[in-house]
Amino acid sequence: MITLNVNGETHRVDVPPDMPLLWVLRDVVGLNGTKFGCGIAQCGACTVHLDGKPVRSCILPVASVGARAVTTVEAVGQSPSGKKIQEAWLALEVVQCGYCQSGQVMSAAALLARNPNPSDADIDAAMAGNICRCGTYSRIRAAIKQASQA
Amino acid sequence: MDKPTYARVDGATLSPSTRRRFLQGGALLIAFAAMGRRKAWAAGEEPSLRMLGAGDADKDGAAFQGFAPGGFIRIGRDNSITLIVPSVEMGQGIYTGEAMLIAEELEVGLDQVQVVPAPPNEELYQQPLLKSQSTGGSTSIRGAWVPLRQAGAAARQMLIGAAAAQWGVDPAECAAQRAIITHRPTGRTATYGEVVDGASRLPVPKDPPLKDPRDFKLIGRSVRRVETPSKVNGTAVFGIDVQVPGMKVATVTACPVFGGKVASVDDRAARAVPGVRDVVRIDNAVAVVGDHFWAARKGLEALDITWDYGPNAGTSSNGIWADLKARSETGQPVQARRDGDVDGAMKAASKRVEAVYQLPFLAHATMEPINTTVHVRPDACEIWVGTQVPTAAQGLAAKEAGLPVEKVILHNHLLGGGFGRRLEADSIGQAVAIAKQVDYPVKIIWTREEDIRRDIFRPAYYDRIAAGLGPDGLPTVWTDRVTGGSVMGHYFPGGLEQGKLDDDAVEGAKETPYRFPAVQVDWVRADPPVPITWWRGVGPTHNVFVVESFMDELAHAAGKDPVDYRRALLQHNPRSLAVLNLAVEKAGWGNPLPGGSGRGVSLHDSFGSHVAVVIEAAVDPAGLIGLKRIVAAIDCGLAINPDSVKAQLEGGILFGLSAALYSGITFAGGRVEQSNFHDYRNLRINETPPIEVHVVQSAEGPGGVGETGTVSAAPALGNAIFAATGKRLRSLPFRREELRSQGSGRDVLSKGPAGREPADNDLTRLARTGE
Repeated sequence: MITLNVNGETHRVDVPPDMPLLWVLRDVVGLNGTKFGCGIAQCGACTVHLDGKPVRSCILPVASVGARAVTTVEAVGQSPSGKKIQEAWLALEVVQCGYCQSGQVMSAAALLARNPNPSDADIDAAMAGNICRCGTYSRIRAAIKQASQA
Repeated sequence: MDKPTYARVDGATLSPSTRRRFLQGGALLIAFAAMGRRKAWAAGEEPSLRMLGAGDADKDGAAFQGFAPGGFIRIGRDNSITLIVPSVEMGQGIYTGEAMLIAEELEVGLDQVQVVPAPPNEELYQQPLLKSQSTGGSTSIRGAWVPLRQAGAAARQMLIGAAAAQWGVDPAECAAQRAIITHRPTGRTATYGEVVDGASRLPVPKDPPLKDPRDFKLIGRSVRRVETPSKVNGTAVFGIDVQVPGMKVATVTACPVFGGKVASVDDRAARAVPGVRDVVRIDNAVAVVGDHFWAARKGLEALDITWDYGPNAGTSSNGIWADLKARSETGQPVQARRDGDVDGAMKAASKRVEAVYQLPFLAHATMEPINTTVHVRPDACEIWVGTQVPTAAQGLAAKEAGLPVEKVILHNHLLGGGFGRRLEADSIGQAVAIAKQVDYPVKIIWTREEDIRRDIFRPAYYDRIAAGLGPDGLPTVWTDRVTGGSVMGHYFPGGLEQGKLDDDAVEGAKETPYRFPAVQVDWVRADPPVPITWWRGVGPTHNVFVVESFMDELAHAAGKDPVDYRRALLQHNPRSLAVLNLAVEKAGWGNPLPGGSGRGVSLHDSFGSHVAVVIEAAVDPAGLIGLKRIVAAIDCGLAINPDSVKAQLEGGILFGLSAALYSGITFAGGRVEQSNFHDYRNLRINETPPIEVHVVQSAEGPGGVGETGTVSAAPALGNAIFAATGKRLRSLPFRREELRSQGSGRDVLSKGPAGREPADNDLTRLARTGE
């Protein structure tokens, strides 16, 4: 049994220790907002926060999470930076197909939490690990800036 | 952007018997073109709406009492309004666009409606332009433009008629706004919900008058999309997110060589993996079923499969290219167009220019990997998936399950990208073949590796193009020979007869924005030994790269500015000329740029729209291509939701630039050489320049938009690279090795056939840690 703190709730899960956190969240805990995109930490669709820091859950063994708090897209709106990001995302109509946007929102919320006024270069550095096939990048950049002014 | 409105896509309160009652309630039918003929709802459609939240509402037997004029509108006695949209949402904003068409004429706000996707039903939801219930080809708005407005107008007329009859007044004295009918002389009002019973008894008007566009309240305004709130908080349900009670999770590997089969499987190690429940073998693939995806994946890795590779084990990219070249030179072409004295004009030309262009196979790489959830029961097959072709998928599943089509219940979902991949139902057929061997629901998820390697690819093309120039430098004759596989031959049942023209193969080549005195366009069919299909932008994405790159070559051969050169050929085409002029003006065409930089332009008329794009790029001594700025101008006729038009241009251009810079599927030993986002690369935010999109105000009927930006991208970039370096790149993806300056000491980390791995270790670190 592995004990996880996900979005403020404690879950005890009976899974292999090498099972990536992504699949524990999706197939065991039942939180499907976090997405599978590549399985090799190339696309960022699976981004969640560990103690507020963004990580790629598709390659993170669940046993390595320990006592750190896991936050997923379902709960990121409860933090001030997450809420601002979600609001800016909607205000600027960032989203197209939306499949990568859970990861985009999580990466952006983590950026805004540690850097309230990011430059273009800061945004590029924080967001370059998140692929969007629909090509929403210019709106992502604008939305992060709008959120930083909110 | 204007003040947004919003609506929810979830929470629909329709249930199966509710919907039966809609149709029992009266002979209410709106017959418009191919949309809207009445037919009893097949059992297979019912749960699709239930999936969207109707759920248990019907358990008490309370049937819907309301107004259901045709397939698109449901209004309950409680004034609940549901709009059922025929096209699938894959990012293009069509739930919103189609809802706007209905809501405009129905006189309701988008904040007052729930939008739900149509269940499979060709009778009700056939797309008039595609002649099937499909979403693709940038046709949705063009197909829906008249029928959906007529549906709204007819319903409004019936509701007003019912209120007027109830009040004993002239309907002409009544008006509707935001689902409330007002009798103007007295000020009496009724909600739509209050008159649904009366409206249900009225005949459906055959040809309801449509609003004057000057009176539009929604159409032409940028409004908030209806489904996006669920996509930023994790509540959106894509096919891959479906949870069915008792469901197991599987992953699958098909023979790495197309056409190969499973010879034998040793699954002992796989079955020993904790959490593995079953190993299922089908003709050409093996699936492992587990309690969760991780168990299934570990199990799959533990399989020892012996394949019978079949006849394609020797397939290679080199072989395919050699075949395309040979057939281009010696094959029998199918003529698409021949006008004027082509041979005579070529002989008489002051100057002749010719070139060969090559375009690679492409994968779709939708962000949501291919997946299907299936439950095969003795008497029915239930499917949860996101597909562009719900009825075709239903039919294929029925065949695979050995059930009548009405016993296949398909619940369609949001698509995590389509780009043409989900016009194919191959993976749904495979999923049924696997699921029918187990007695529980199973969600089959392809790994990204499987998604890339077992994609159905955009064909490779080998195109020879030539022109003769007159004394003024303008073309007097133009010939374009396309050589490649037939997508239509692959896609349509029965294929395409040899000797017949595949219109897709020459779309964008046969008709260009320009006028030439003599022109010949033909196609040599060369079907490759790998499966091929539609890819965003279809024919134009391929052909416009060739046409617009070559147009640039001709301008330079004539010593003219590429924009002036095009203008001279556009005097008959004011809409294209206008977007060209707008784009170059906004881009500052002609203004000086730093050394190593250049601007390139492309222009095309595709999908009923006119688009010009200017890209500014810089090429460094190592051959690295930097994107500096993108300016686009589009005349798509009346833009229904202008912000969505801009978004589609922005995204479509970046999609095309990913392909131009990085993408290419190659084969060796019959296998696809790429496997994931490290070797099938995609543009990232740090490579994305500022993008401006200018939407021309137009009163023309709407054109298609979703694919137009993709069409523009590669030629605009290729022309910018030429302007920056003087080097003409005629093969995609652009190889930066060809752009390296002589004597440049800088080496470029190169790996894989695409050869454009980022040298930047930081990127790898970023991808892995998110920091």
